[in-house]
Amino acid sequence: MVIKANKMVGERRIAPSSALARQMRRMLLVGSITLFATMIVVAYLMPMGYAFNTALRGKNIETDAPFWPARPATYTYQGEEYDIYIVPTEQGEQRWALIKKGREKSTFIDPENPETPIEWNGRWRTLDRVWTFSPQWQNFKESWNTIKFGRLFLNTFAIAFIGMVGTVVSSTLVAYGFSRFRIPGKSILFMILMGTIILPPQVTLVPTYTIYTRIGWTNTWLPLLVPHFFANAYNVFLLRQFFMGIPREMDEAAMIDGAGPLRTLISVVIPQAKPAIIAVSLFHFFWAWNDFFGPLIYLTARRDLWPISVGMQAFNALYASQPHLVQATTVMAMALPLLIFLLAQRFFMQGVVMTGVEK
Amino acid sequence: MAATLQSSPARQPARRRPSRLARRERNWGLVFLAPWIIGFCLFFAAPMLASLVFSFTNYNLLKPGETSFIGLENWRRMVNDPNVRQSLGVTIRFLLVSVPVAMAVPLGLALLVNSRYLLGKHIFRTLFYMPMMVPIVAGTMIWQGVLNTQSGWLNRILGALGLPGPDWINNPHLVIPTLTLIGIWGIGNTMVIMLAGLQNVPTELYDAALVDGAGPFYRFFKITLPLISPVIFYNLVLAMIGAFQYFLQPFVIWSSTNGAGPNNASLFYMVNLYREGWAYYQMGYASTLAWAMFFVALLVTVALFATAKRWVYYAGEK
Repeated sequence: MVIKANKMVGERRIAPSSALARQMRRMLLVGSITLFATMIVVAYLMPMGYAFNTALRGKNIETDAPFWPARPATYTYQGEEYDIYIVPTEQGEQRWALIKKGREKSTFIDPENPETPIEWNGRWRTLDRVWTFSPQWQNFKESWNTIKFGRLFLNTFAIAFIGMVGTVVSSTLVAYGFSRFRIPGKSILFMILMGTIILPPQVTLVPTYTIYTRIGWTNTWLPLLVPHFFANAYNVFLLRQFFMGIPREMDEAAMIDGAGPLRTLISVVIPQAKPAIIAVSLFHFFWAWNDFFGPLIYLTARRDLWPISVGMQAFNALYASQPHLVQATTVMAMALPLLIFLLAQRFFMQGVVMTGVEK
Repeated sequence: MAATLQSSPARQPARRRPSRLARRERNWGLVFLAPWIIGFCLFFAAPMLASLVFSFTNYNLLKPGETSFIGLENWRRMVNDPNVRQSLGVTIRFLLVSVPVAMAVPLGLALLVNSRYLLGKHIFRTLFYMPMMVPIVAGTMIWQGVLNTQSGWLNRILGALGLPGPDWINNPHLVIPTLTLIGIWGIGNTMVIMLAGLQNVPTELYDAALVDGAGPFYRFFKITLPLISPVIFYNLVLAMIGAFQYFLQPFVIWSSTNGAGPNNASLFYMVNLYREGWAYYQMGYASTLAWAMFFVALLVTVALFATAKRWVYYAGEK
């Protein structure tokens, strides 16, 4: 083993003999790895490209259309529109408008010189059309109106925001209780709390659904909002971890100055736990943006209360044959979350790491 | 998880405080815990018990007046139900295929964006995380479009390469590969967590291995992998729980069959439960299915924790 190690060290010293060679090797590695990563990222995000591209395409897509948003180029001759074709001639390829179609012989017009129609021998069906770039921005407007996107958007926003306030306030209180107070049986309580993460929500589903039906909460937002005002294991865990990292001396000083526990929480602990609180808020916001099963079963009869997730699913089921409208809705639905993410990604990644690594 | 649970009783400095103060502290603490304790009773404990009771009844949402106890009838029915067997098979097959992918891909990407030879690491990290932020319904609809045999890009690309493009959506044999492929957009969190795990690996270990002449494979399998095994374990548990709740993606893609897919090929456990409860209104039976799922999930979780001692390495322990 020792001999082998020595040999390796020796080789390392010999191979990149000069600093230049070493730098070359490094640059080569940097270049190839960055290129490799770029290729993977392009493949990974390809579906997003598909969504944007399809959202801008026309309704009727001809079989010979290119993959990008395009329409056939036309030329108006004597008040009529004619498609432009690529015509091979002795002078090279020409872009001419086809004005009279024949089996073996057709008449074309050169847009540069529209006075003299040109007879061309050959089958026009074998020719390729000329396409121009023409993004159909009105797709967004059309699907916005069809799906009543504004309504869905507002509903989602309201549900996410109210639930976010509920879960942040309640989880902060509970996390503070778990991190700062000596309570008999606290560790058992904490274990039960963490156990609820593993508990599949379906186990409680039928009775809660039944009760909500009995008390008239179905077809309102209440089943989607009220439970969030009673804290949640993930958020409590994340906040508790963060609170425990805040030195106790500071809140003890506040207590000595006569601040009660609530005062201490608000003026000492919370200001120092901002990153964790922002992470919890963002997590809930995105969770609510995605929540599907709850709205699906609780809002069946009230389309006007639907959030984006359920509204889009219903739209997708009905408009499967119109991919341009479907993809226009997906682009609109992902725009805001992506924007929030790009603005707040630091908190996001921190929060993910906090919940994930410390276990 | 276990390590943090034990840490709370460690902090008990002053034992000789007057008991009045201790009582005051306890009361304040309980006030702060109250939201969770109340919520736990209302939204977890009581419904769980009720659900267990429901599982022994023929409770039907359309005929609540005719509800009566039927003993173990639901449980007996479940054991012989071909749909339950199918749904368990689909769920387990999906677990076996998707979990390795959902571990290997983020690990590979984490290694890539952690490489010291990569330019613009931060940009790559953001880009790889980004699809995680696409609402899942929207993401599923996008993939449904990409996988379309007529207008989708994947088969266009395969066609350009001279490869035959399969029918990703309607071929029952491809349901699980298709859903696994779609799941690749959901690996952002795992990647970030694994990345943090990789960055926590002490560099001295690699230096020492280099001096010993260890190659990249040796370093990966003997240093990197053991040191990030807690992260892998945590994600494994989450993936397992997630598979039993998997519902949205099949429901969006195969909406005409309530998510069951071609030949019931995407009849996941949760899809079946939804169908029994909310399409056939058999709430008693749905409760039985939910409890059975809880038992299975619990069993698998306990089994995972039992094996954890053998392969999960905690740096703090010996």
